[in-house]
Amino acid sequence: MKSLLPVMTVIGSIVLFWIVSVVPMNMHLTADLAQRQDIAVTPDTPVARQDYSGIGLALRNTHLFGMTYTLDRPRLPSPHQVAVEMWDTIFMKNVTSRRSLVYHGWVTLSATLLGFAIGTGLGILLAVGIVYNRAMDMSVMPWAIASQTIPILALAPMIIVMLGSIGIQGLFPKAVISAYLSFFPVVVGMVKGLRSPDAMQLDLLRTYYASSTQAFWKLRLPASVPYLFASLKIGISASLVGAIVAELPTGARAGFGARMLVGDQYGQPMVTWAALFAAAITAATLVGIFSLVERWTLRRMGMQAT
Amino acid sequence: MAAETTIHAQGLNLTFETNDGPVHALKDVNLEINKGEFVSFIGPSGCGKTTFLRCIAGLEAPTAGSLTVNGMTPEEARMARAYGYVFQAAGLYPWRTIGGNIKLPLEIMGFSNAEQAERVKRVMDLVDLAGFEKKFPWQLSGGMQQRASIARALAFDADILLMDEPFGALDEIVRDHLNEQLLQLWARTEKTIGFVTHSIPEAVYLSTKIVVMSPRPGRITDVIDSPLPKERPLDIRDSAEFIAVAHRVRDGLRAGHVDV
Repeated sequence: MKSLLPVMTVIGSIVLFWIVSVVPMNMHLTADLAQRQDIAVTPDTPVARQDYSGIGLALRNTHLFGMTYTLDRPRLPSPHQVAVEMWDTIFMKNVTSRRSLVYHGWVTLSATLLGFAIGTGLGILLAVGIVYNRAMDMSVMPWAIASQTIPILALAPMIIVMLGSIGIQGLFPKAVISAYLSFFPVVVGMVKGLRSPDAMQLDLLRTYYASSTQAFWKLRLPASVPYLFASLKIGISASLVGAIVAELPTGARAGFGARMLVGDQYGQPMVTWAALFAAAITAATLVGIFSLVERWTLRRMGMQAT
Repeated sequence: MAAETTIHAQGLNLTFETNDGPVHALKDVNLEINKGEFVSFIGPSGCGKTTFLRCIAGLEAPTAGSLTVNGMTPEEARMARAYGYVFQAAGLYPWRTIGGNIKLPLEIMGFSNAEQAERVKRVMDLVDLAGFEKKFPWQLSGGMQQRASIARALAFDADILLMDEPFGALDEIVRDHLNEQLLQLWARTEKTIGFVTHSIPEAVYLSTKIVVMSPRPGRITDVIDSPLPKERPLDIRDSAEFIAVAHRVRDGLRAGHVDV
């Protein structure tokens, strides 16, 4: 609750900046529209208006400010237009309808969760391999790092097309891209976590003649839990980004990515913005859930969450 | 006390290869420790006292010489779980309760659940921590954490207790108190104790035998059999015998330095 005020302050500033920006961003469109409705506009030809910036034009036509907030196809929709679109598509539509954001959200979320599960599992396995096997230590990490330097926008269509050509379509190819983005933070975090016990703690286990399996389950794995949670929170949001990116290049018909593309292509900025915000809220919720699980787990383990 | 040899070192040498050339951590160390003795190793940093303790525990391998523990190699003794080791830091697992931490070696060594619970209770009583079983380490003071780590080392009935500056990080008052408790513990359990310290009063107060060491190369310069009685109240530290032994230790330390 202590963080509520700072968070609201930041959100408030962003919304304020947004509201102020709507006027200059939409001014040219508004002026054209106003002229068609016989409202006086300075200067009075579209060509002449091209010489002015949005701000310059706004200062000469202060009587048009109100109209900039109510355009049907604005360049930058105002907050309330996005809110109305979100309200309509989230709460007023049947969730099985193609016009419902909940339906599209679930399409993206299911790919996100599947990809996240694959990525996390793979990441943990790789980390264990890296910590226990010298050959893997030397070989896997550079490849893992290299894998993250390839732009996912370039890679995603290739993965979708290749998997499609061998008959795999739908959820799984998107999950693969989600997994591709989410395994990396898990590998890095888990390697660090599994290696976090110091020499003294490892020596202590040696004096008990503990096997390396026992050292793993009793020392290394529990010691890595705080690191794992930090990685999971990065991984889940990366997964969501992966699933959305996977929907963009392939003309997917459902999902947040598809909504953004549709809004863009058919000149419905409110649709794009609503999908964008819904995706951000979904990501924040997922991260929030992991934070709660983290706090609960670490408290049960006698450690304070940081 | 029957002179039964527990630890026997002969011509022990250990050289570490470092980037700056070989470091002679131990040179020609000869020592016999009998069962039930309380032996302190004292000396400045780099004299090899910790290294020697680690050799006894099989955590370091000597480069030359022979070392037996209960007639076995240190490795075999480690396999037979012949000793409990207490480090300078308590090293308790933060995610386990105090009881859970003491249980750790018992789980690893495969004791039954009933036996684990019984042993945890017994050693916690022994170090005066009864009632703290369900607390987490961060809820305890440094001195209590160190007592918990001693309990952990005692839990599986090893007959040798190796302690590497266990009270080095604690303040003087807590340290005096723990020294007293450690002596009582030793009297009750009759374990053989190897104790590394760089405090002269601590070494003299606790030990039946004081091994004075000096650095570069790490070696033994004096072995003092303490004339003090086994029963030792804290004020024995003002007695003439105590001061005489402390004096001899100080001389030994100084002699080691002159040689360098």
